Amino acid sequence: MNNAVIKAAGYILVHTQDMIMHNGTTQTVEKRVNPDSEYLKAVPNHLRSYEEVINYAPNQVYIGNMTPEALGQMEKPWVGQDVPNASRYGKFGEIMPQEDFIMMIKNADVFDLVMLEENFVAQYLEAYKSHELITEEEINRIGKGQKLEDIQTAVAAHGEAIYHNNQLVGCVKKAHDVDPNLNAHVMFENLVVKASGVLAFKHLIAKNNINVEDIDYVIECSEEACGDMNQRGGGNFAKAIAEAVGAVNATGSDLRGFCAAPTHALISAASLVKAGTYKNVVIVAGGATAKLGMNGKDHVKKEMPIIEDVLGGFAVLVSANDGVNPVIRTEYVGRHTVGTGSSPQAVIQALITMPLDLAGLKITDIDKYSVEMQNPDITKPAGAGDVPEANYKMIAALGVKRGEMERSDLKEFGEKHGMQGWAPTQGHIPSGVPYLGFAIDDMTTGSVNRAMIVGKGSLFLGRMTNLFDGVSVILERNPGKVQESGSISKEEVNKMIAEAMRDFAKHLLAE
Amino acid sequence: MDLENQNRVKALTEEHGAENIVVIFGAAEAESAGLAAETVTAGDPTFAGSLAGVELGLSVYHAVEPAFKDAVDFDVFDEQVGMMEMVLDVEEIESEMTNIRNEFCKYL
Repeated sequence: MNNAVIKAAGYILVHTQDMIMHNGTTQTVEKRVNPDSEYLKAVPNHLRSYEEVINYAPNQVYIGNMTPEALGQMEKPWVGQDVPNASRYGKFGEIMPQEDFIMMIKNADVFDLVMLEENFVAQYLEAYKSHELITEEEINRIGKGQKLEDIQTAVAAHGEAIYHNNQLVGCVKKAHDVDPNLNAHVMFENLVVKASGVLAFKHLIAKNNINVEDIDYVIECSEEACGDMNQRGGGNFAKAIAEAVGAVNATGSDLRGFCAAPTHALISAASLVKAGTYKNVVIVAGGATAKLGMNGKDHVKKEMPIIEDVLGGFAVLVSANDGVNPVIRTEYVGRHTVGTGSSPQAVIQALITMPLDLAGLKITDIDKYSVEMQNPDITKPAGAGDVPEANYKMIAALGVKRGEMERSDLKEFGEKHGMQGWAPTQGHIPSGVPYLGFAIDDMTTGSVNRAMIVGKGSLFLGRMTNLFDGVSVILERNPGKVQESGSISKEEVNKMIAEAMRDFAKHLLAE
Repeated sequence: MDLENQNRVKALTEEHGAENIVVIFGAAEAESAGLAAETVTAGDPTFAGSLAGVELGLSVYHAVEPAFKDAVDFDVFDEQVGMMEMVLDVEEIESEMTNIRNEFCKYL
């Protein structure tokens, strides 16, 4: 049976400077419990400009303008260092400014819930029109905008305000009078997920010469839920995003699993393709406004800018084997099961050595491990350490315990088999999948033969279980052989012969 | 420290008495372990949770500290914590926890 391949990937960031204060939960909770706090007063002085966000090395890596290796050569911290030749657009996508994204939120809305202020529209529509991925139909749907007084009235009637450069420029109205799951706040978060997912999907299609009508299925794997009071997480972001990008031959569904969801989605997509159910499956996720400025208090305390100032999104196309792109070896999957236990050791064993043992490989046989690729500039000042580095240390320590490595190799394992983290701390966004775009190059024209994608999730945050979760899968360079459907592989023939010989031997022994 | 965890530590302390509670931490960094330990001894330094201004003074240890390691079954420790012991900066964590214990613990 043919394994599916990673065909293409799109990655986007959106600079959302005003949403940090108005929609990031660290700030909105602070406003509620401690409205006069020094922190809230300090936030406006710790925001980065759009140019600073563009020039920031980890962001340039996220959109494919810089490689993880080049990032690894730079001194840390990266914040404050401008990257030469930084650009809004990259190989995988773009870093969109807030004004364009607010227009995209309007375009994501099909229930007439988003109002934009007329002067805002007048000022920024021209620039939005020039975006090559925005269609004429989308431009027309922006309209002329509405009067500020009407927006103020809507905000007063429990609407969720949208700000740009500290000015009220729009709002999302509640979608139901009393339903808490359709209130303006929830609708805003959901429209942001949809709009940022749409942007990533558009880049995936446009940058890789993909016919969007060839997409059969979409799996959305962010961390929000859409539905009403009778079905809180009924769905379906996937189909809404597919509709918005013109994937007319696709349906889809939402897959949830906290930060582990993208890797679950990758394995599911690859399995659907391998089984022949669908030929082309896109996994897609938008970003979470709630996590903007999540560690802002620590960043402000350490006199840093608040660098959790971007939303992240990605879209990855998983397709039938083309004999070229990296193969997703769904036979070699690691999973944290209910019985695994929650110690880091048990988790790492389940995620790392389970697939290796299935494949008959050692820890050092994997060239690149893509773990939780969180940017250490964000996590270290917040006391959470360097997350990828900690993961590499744990993998290496397991290698030592298994007798596959020397203790003295612990330190350099991360340099050889790992990468510096470049993804924003948007939960599902950094989890395993940021490397997929680079994996295509590294495993076709580059020198990487095997990679492992690892996703982990903190299920206990949902208060339904104390369990942790995680899954992983091995990617391999494509051997270039595409098996015709209906035929059987050499491995399968070998397995059948081996089984026949075993049966024969048993038979002889019995006699 | 997570607000819900603060509630749970507070409730357990009220139920069993502060002198009978030992809190074991597993945070990967000395700083974050120290902050959590400070929360259940001197009170929530971020003033966000139910332990804000509450000086429980509980006994605090990190799972990689020798004091904890020596008190538990070696095989279980090796299976559950052995790998992390190799990875974490045990000395830094022990020093941070010792400081918190010396300064804020009431039941040692």
